Amino acid sequence: MSEPIIRIEGMNKWFGQFHVLRDIDLTVNRAERIVICGPSGSGKSTLIRCINRLEEHQKGTIVVEGIELTGDLKQIDNVRREVGMVFQQFNLFPHLTVLENCTLAPIWVRRTPRAEAEELAMEYLTRVKIPEQALKYPGQLSGGQQQRVAIARSLCMRPKIMLFDEPTSALDPEMIKEVLDVMVELAETEMTMLVVTHEMGFARQVAHRVIFMDEGQIVEQNEPEEFFYNPKSDRTKLFLSQILSH
Amino acid sequence: MAADSQAGGRRQGAASWWYDPKIRAIAFQVAFVLALIGLGVYLVHNTLINLEKRNIKTGFDFLFNPAGFEIPLTLIPYSVEAGSTHGAVFIVGLLNTLLISAMGIVLATILGFILGVLRLSNNWLVSRLVGVYIEAVRNVPLLLQFLFWHFAVFQSLPLVRRAIPIFDTVYIHNRGLTIPKPIPQPGFMLVVASVFIAVATIIYLKKWARRRQDATGEQFPVFWVSLGVLIGVPLLVSAAAGFPLTWEYAELGRFRFTGGLEIQIELFSTLAALTVYTSSFVAEIVRAGILAVSKGQQEASYSLGVRPAPTLRLVIIPQALRVIVPPLVSQYLNLTKNSSLGIAIGYPDLFNVFGGISLNQSGQAIEIVAMCMVVYLTFSLLISLYMNWYNRRISLVER
Amino acid sequence: MSDIANHPGGSFYRTENIPQSPPPVSTVGVLGWMRQNLFSSPFNTALTLLTLYLLYLVVPPLFQWAFIDSLLEGESNKDCRGIAGACWVLVPKRFGQYIYGFYPEPERWRVNLTFILFCLNLLPVLSDRVPGRTFAALFLVFGFPVVAFVLLHGAFGLEVVPTHKWGGLTLTLVFASVAILFSLPIGILLALGRRSEMPVIRTICIAFIELWRAVPLITVLFMASFVLPLFTPEGVNANELLRALIGFIMFASAYMAEVVRGGLQALPKGQTEAAQALGLNYWKSMQLIILPQALKIVIPGIVNTFIALFKDTALVSIIGLFDLLLVARSAVTDPKWLGLEHESYIFAAVIYFVFCFSMSRYSLWLERKLDTGHRT
Repeated sequence: MSEPIIRIEGMNKWFGQFHVLRDIDLTVNRAERIVICGPSGSGKSTLIRCINRLEEHQKGTIVVEGIELTGDLKQIDNVRREVGMVFQQFNLFPHLTVLENCTLAPIWVRRTPRAEAEELAMEYLTRVKIPEQALKYPGQLSGGQQQRVAIARSLCMRPKIMLFDEPTSALDPEMIKEVLDVMVELAETEMTMLVVTHEMGFARQVAHRVIFMDEGQIVEQNEPEEFFYNPKSDRTKLFLSQILSH
Repeated sequence: MAADSQAGGRRQGAASWWYDPKIRAIAFQVAFVLALIGLGVYLVHNTLINLEKRNIKTGFDFLFNPAGFEIPLTLIPYSVEAGSTHGAVFIVGLLNTLLISAMGIVLATILGFILGVLRLSNNWLVSRLVGVYIEAVRNVPLLLQFLFWHFAVFQSLPLVRRAIPIFDTVYIHNRGLTIPKPIPQPGFMLVVASVFIAVATIIYLKKWARRRQDATGEQFPVFWVSLGVLIGVPLLVSAAAGFPLTWEYAELGRFRFTGGLEIQIELFSTLAALTVYTSSFVAEIVRAGILAVSKGQQEASYSLGVRPAPTLRLVIIPQALRVIVPPLVSQYLNLTKNSSLGIAIGYPDLFNVFGGISLNQSGQAIEIVAMCMVVYLTFSLLISLYMNWYNRRISLVER
Repeated sequence: MSDIANHPGGSFYRTENIPQSPPPVSTVGVLGWMRQNLFSSPFNTALTLLTLYLLYLVVPPLFQWAFIDSLLEGESNKDCRGIAGACWVLVPKRFGQYIYGFYPEPERWRVNLTFILFCLNLLPVLSDRVPGRTFAALFLVFGFPVVAFVLLHGAFGLEVVPTHKWGGLTLTLVFASVAILFSLPIGILLALGRRSEMPVIRTICIAFIELWRAVPLITVLFMASFVLPLFTPEGVNANELLRALIGFIMFASAYMAEVVRGGLQALPKGQTEAAQALGLNYWKSMQLIILPQALKIVIPGIVNTFIALFKDTALVSIIGLFDLLLVARSAVTDPKWLGLEHESYIFAAVIYFVFCFSMSRYSLWLERKLDTGHRT
């Protein structure tokens, strides 16, 4: 077994008095794909936001690619370069074109020459199937297209890990598939992926492991087949019955 | 059209046109205009009678009559002995208004941006303190602040003969600030030229840095180098030319200074009042502009590995500026209008010297008040033209 | 916890619930709050210390000056000799003038009564806990001005006090109230005119609004003071206060029009269409459907405009009306009080601040209340 790419041990986080993450232990192996699900407010988004330090944890350790996340700004920068993130609300930069959105970080962080960065951006835009939109502004695109641009933008930094924070929750139903298709294709490239989602079909198709969170703790984790057909915990059963019934 | 003819058909007869909304609208507008014209004629009639009775001339001839009063601050040659006219007073006043407005705008913008950012600081104490400042300044009439700065602050400085010296070159006293007077020597033009050369260099440097980054990805510290060039080049040139600028230092006599340059206290009072007042509005505008950029933008940029400083420069500020610029420009217009309050403390702006003293001397109230109004109208028209251009440009970029 | 460590990648489930535990002490309570809000980084700590130092430099001496080393009772500025702090002596001595101007002393109860009645009338309008809002509002607009005029100016056996004797805070308040009373309806008409489909009306309204908004108030007051007398027919001579009021109302109504227009624009187009579909004509639909909604939206905007106008009334002192500011200003030109500029202006500033600040708090409260009202 190769060394884990992410190692979280005994991690705790509080928002004021509220204990959002309790004793989280999680190791993620290289090229592993994990789907995290759970009721809203269970801390699943906060968990993955801790991995690239958008949120600060107060106890325990998080080690990403051999770098421990502490207050050290340099370390945080190094981690963020290796970790891409896709948000529920896309968060594209509205004042920049699709192409400029994709080239911003390579140019300013990786110091890539512009022509090279644009070539790279076009390559990834082609992979998410919207090269023809490159010169438009985000406001001119549909939600599904915007989310695909957001994925391409992250990939342009050639990250080792991709975090997805409910990438399809803000989308109209007919656009969910186009985004999931892109994510499935990404999975085929052996990318390490942590996906917070309620798309159980996606979980069955690509996940190596499904994690169920509730009240800030990891309640159950298993392979998808076992997880869906043979849940052990009562809380998991209840959640699955609610989410699968409709 | 079809509906119209139907309606007409139903109602029939002579009264039908009266119910046609188009005709009614036209009739109403014609009546309104006629009433306005009537009012206008009536007022002009009254005015003519009144003017005749009070023996006041009309027309703009007075602009060419000599104005018999001194103005303490003039940016163009002006003197009573040379017979400078009311027309010259107008120009002098206008320039003084522009001068104080330009200085006020620069200072209020700097102070306002600093305060706006501090207001958003996660330091509770600082944020609260700025909040108190903003509330205190906003809730007291500007005119009162003018008077306070002038009479209570600046005029309670020591008298001229007890002026506070700073390194024996600059003197602070209750009439203003006495500074050494710069006297350019031959070769000074070289230094002036070098400033322009420095600016040109910086523009070129910026383009070059950009091209180089595009080509190789290497970044260049444009800001710091530019700053160095801007200070260094003129300094080197003036050193090479043997520092072609001498200073005439002020000498404190028994009661007054001889030599030097005196900047009137009124300028400082007006500047202080305008800056402090406007900065509180600018601070709120800046705060709102930064808050208008969603937290997600910053998070997205951070998660791409972009560090806080470039995130601010490339992501946050460009977006915040779109929200900030329109209200900011209208604050600039307000500041310009507010500079007319200088009349209360004797700053010789357009409204003070022209609307105040020239009006008193010539008695031609209508012409003078109208001319002042036209000036401010022009400012506001220029600003709104600029705003239209800005908004169009923004919307082009957006879509 | 131990069982999960044994199954890093494998299957795992938790049977027991981890209970909420309190956060580390350093992040909560007074200490945690201070760490987070005052000392979160070296820069922040430096900022805090610098600020505290500045406060230490400014606040205690200011307090000392204003309250401890100060003098409150005295006859003239001669008593101020040897006083290190503020010399408030002119405030109690001139208090009447600050509030009433030259309103004759035996008649000042009328001003107080008017003010009390005004507050009583305003209470049900501002608060929703006191009943009778509609009636109170109507009376405030149509009835109260008459009452106030009778009381302040005098009629029916009350001794007449001519307006040139009014002054101080009284004049400021009367001026601002009358201005708002007239500028609101004119502003509404202008706003409707600006959105009218009749091109001539629209153009005239735009020109009127933009003219007044473009020029500084002081030019307007000068116009009212020097040019307006030329417009009136022979023999008719409006008094100074009235002339200033006319100019001020023109100015105020242009600003009011823009506030109201904001409300009209915020209404969805469907409202006008629905009103038309009901067969209401223009004035009916405005009166019954559009304006009530639009005005409700812009109440905070109107209050804010009122605050701005209230502050702007200070400018009438330049054309010689004896308002609060001019009282403060002329008090210190009296040889008796010479040199007490700080005290006089600070006292006036405090009065202005109390009024403006409380109005702006009210406006904020209102905004929040109306905001939630919209969502439900």
